[in-house]
Amino acid sequence: MPLSDSFFGQKFGITEHDLESYLSEALSAGGDYADLYFEYLATSQLSIDESIVKSAVQGVSLGVGVRVISGERTGYAYSDDLSPEKIRKAARVAACIANGPSKVDKTGFTEVRPRDLYPLVTAPNEASLDERVELVKRADRAARAADHRVFQVQASYLDSLRQVLVATSDGTLSTDRQPLARLGVGVLAREHAANGNSAPQRGYSGGGGRVGLEFFELEHTPEHFAREAVRQAIVQLNAVPAPAGEMTVVLGPGWPGVLLHEAVGHGLEADFNRKKVSAFSDRIGQQVASPLCTVVDDGTIRNRRGSLNVDDEGAPTQENVLIENGVLRGYLYDKLSSRLLRSKTTGSGRRESYQHIPMPRMTNTFMLAGDSDPEDIIRSTPRGLYCANFGGGQVDITSGNFVFSASESYLIEDGHVTRPVRGATLTGNGPEALKYVSMVGHDLKLDEGIGICGKEGQSVPVGVGIPTIKIDRMTVGGTGGD
Amino acid sequence: MIDPELATRAVRLALERGATDAECTLAEGEEFSAQVRMRALETLKDAGSRRAGLRVLIGKRVGSAHTSDLSSAGMRQMVESALAVAAISTEDPYADLPESSELGSLAGDLRLYSDDIHNFDTAARIQAAIDAEEAALSWDPRITNSEGASFSAYAGERVFANSRGFAGSYRMSSCSLSTTPVARQGDSMERDYWYSLARSHSNLESPAAVGRRAAERTVRRLGARKVPTQKAPVIFDPITARSLLGNIFEAVEGEGIYRKASFLEGKLGEHVASENVTVIDDGCLAGLFGTSPFDDEGVPSRRTVVIDRGVLRNYLLNTYTATKLGMRTTGNAARGVTGNAGVGHGNFYLEKGQRPPEEIIRGFRRGLYVTELIGQGVNIVTGDYSRGAAGLWIENGEFAYPVSEITIAATLQQMLMDVEAAGSDLEFRGSVASPTLLIREMTISGQ
Repeated sequence: MPLSDSFFGQKFGITEHDLESYLSEALSAGGDYADLYFEYLATSQLSIDESIVKSAVQGVSLGVGVRVISGERTGYAYSDDLSPEKIRKAARVAACIANGPSKVDKTGFTEVRPRDLYPLVTAPNEASLDERVELVKRADRAARAADHRVFQVQASYLDSLRQVLVATSDGTLSTDRQPLARLGVGVLAREHAANGNSAPQRGYSGGGGRVGLEFFELEHTPEHFAREAVRQAIVQLNAVPAPAGEMTVVLGPGWPGVLLHEAVGHGLEADFNRKKVSAFSDRIGQQVASPLCTVVDDGTIRNRRGSLNVDDEGAPTQENVLIENGVLRGYLYDKLSSRLLRSKTTGSGRRESYQHIPMPRMTNTFMLAGDSDPEDIIRSTPRGLYCANFGGGQVDITSGNFVFSASESYLIEDGHVTRPVRGATLTGNGPEALKYVSMVGHDLKLDEGIGICGKEGQSVPVGVGIPTIKIDRMTVGGTGGD
Repeated sequence: MIDPELATRAVRLALERGATDAECTLAEGEEFSAQVRMRALETLKDAGSRRAGLRVLIGKRVGSAHTSDLSSAGMRQMVESALAVAAISTEDPYADLPESSELGSLAGDLRLYSDDIHNFDTAARIQAAIDAEEAALSWDPRITNSEGASFSAYAGERVFANSRGFAGSYRMSSCSLSTTPVARQGDSMERDYWYSLARSHSNLESPAAVGRRAAERTVRRLGARKVPTQKAPVIFDPITARSLLGNIFEAVEGEGIYRKASFLEGKLGEHVASENVTVIDDGCLAGLFGTSPFDDEGVPSRRTVVIDRGVLRNYLLNTYTATKLGMRTTGNAARGVTGNAGVGHGNFYLEKGQRPPEEIIRGFRRGLYVTELIGQGVNIVTGDYSRGAAGLWIENGEFAYPVSEITIAATLQQMLMDVEAAGSDLEFRGSVASPTLLIREMTISGQ
């Protein structure tokens, strides 16, 4: 699309000539590279609580970030005013990082023609508010109808449409229109008994992606998420305390893929490896997982929450193999780390907004399917823990130690999934944990689309996925009641 | 500085366009950060931005909007947008603003802003970061690498006005210095960090002190091992105890209480903790990070006793949650710039005890001294607590060896009852603070 027809060309009259002059200003004190990231973000948020739509918020945010790279140095400034004098001022501030003649010789832009992973006629926030508010009302009704033990329901719907324009001194120009929508339902349930009510338990479910409202019309309906949230809360009503100590752990398909995100994904981001502060530094080519494990990060899956046509540095996203048959194959690079490590960007440069400096991040991270039948995996386990759903996780990339919190798990006794257990945190060490993977199921599933990843204060949407897998040894942190 | 008149004008415009009540927040901030790594400058960031937010009531319907465009066209669009979303919300009998009589602002200088953060030029700020990192790198030969050091400074202003006659504003400043060294010994690689944070540059700890402390914290983690799964007493250092205080806050804030989503719901007046536990929320302490002259609804900040020697005395409330519970606001409304106010804290802390932390450790036969907690394994509804931990194993009152890749678990109910001692080392490094805490017993999961 020619710049004049793009969002920023149309709405703000930005021309190639303007972009070139801003980049020249950014490189006026020298430097190897500069880029401009224009962002216009429109968001809506609707939520229901106690069957009342208590909160409805709409907002817009606009700005441009200017970055200058000189060797290992980065200068960054931004402006929430797109007037030429304010952008030039930001460019001059970012330019302070460099000194000496610029090594950039730039003439004209080539337009990056990326994929079209989220072709939308109507973005969610262009649909009527009434249509969208109906989603949370339906979720509320369905959750309350699903079980009489439910006594609190909160549902929220968020969408955003981000328009971006990235112009670089490499001479690339890319524009993208990035929709994102997410519906979530949280419930509390309790048993009513003659001698009073039991302690409440919570359940949560949600989903979404880079989708239009039609996503929530077929299988991903408000009723689907509502019933799933209720099911999880009801399961917890009968849960026993989680066991403590090392044991066999079976992860169910889908959201438990957060294990990969924490155990390996973060440790493979190239900024940590450039600095050699990751437990995975200098380990390319080494066996870091069982040969059954192949892990990829793929930003090109249609309509997924973690997908992008171009990353936030204007580079097309791609499928990156991180671990192949247990052997560490590659890192995730942004432009700075690929420059310094003499590699290529893997389309992994992401940022939260125009106020943030891009860094290597994951998109959709998952393990490829194996051959085992999920039921055989359970049957082969005399005693262990089956984890069906997780909350979040966290990793210390230097020691490699990670944790993730099970929100729905069960004991495995004599090859059968038996009693539900209360929330437990699982812990392990990144380069070691996946060596104990002894079976990988054929049932790869990606999560429903609610993941948010935080790194150095920046949040970005991501996806995860995994088939059913068996890990022979992992530490489970319950209170030991068994 | 922002023209505070912008907020009152937006409120007026909203009333003219059909709102029955309105409240407007303006926020402006300038941020600076310099990051260095291995003695060289890596990143400089220097920029500022502004935002406006509006919440309107049309009768009992509520709508909100926000914008980064503070021009009159942008503000007009924000007003229309808030009114449009109010039209699709449901009537909420409890939606309201504070009573006029509840509005106000603390008098006197709360020392939230200090001009001295501007006294240092970019070169001096970069040098402070380099010095902090150098202090860590030169502390111990096992510190061979670094994730870097950074100096940041922030100055901002907040303006609030509503249709009940409140208009106020205040400025804030802060600066911080931190470093994250990396140590290696054989196959073991560990990192840790230390930082100083202050509203005035003159209160910032020296680069040498920050670097040395970061180095000590990092080196002592080297060679960490797992311990066998067992029940044992646990000491939380002030950093990890602070995260526990954060969990207590979540359990006493009004939203969780009226939804019955907290294990402390319905427990006012009951013994919920040991006698060693007194928890205070105080938004009035000069110079601290939880301090403000008024909350985000225009109600003056105050001091509230939350837990008094083990007895739960008060929840923390904004106007909405207070109305729901038949109580009065405690001046704890908090929000970004828009939307319904949530509940936040002022300076939320556990009162210090008599014994210095060294003495608590010396009197400790065997157990875990926790210096890091990771993961989100805390369930405020049930009180279930299970988090990843790292720290030091204590035998006969002395540090024996470092421990990692373990979890500690219990319920928050039991942990509060089991606080056997609070140290004398209360120190504010942010708006939540705790002294060292000794918990009688938790389940440690390891080998």
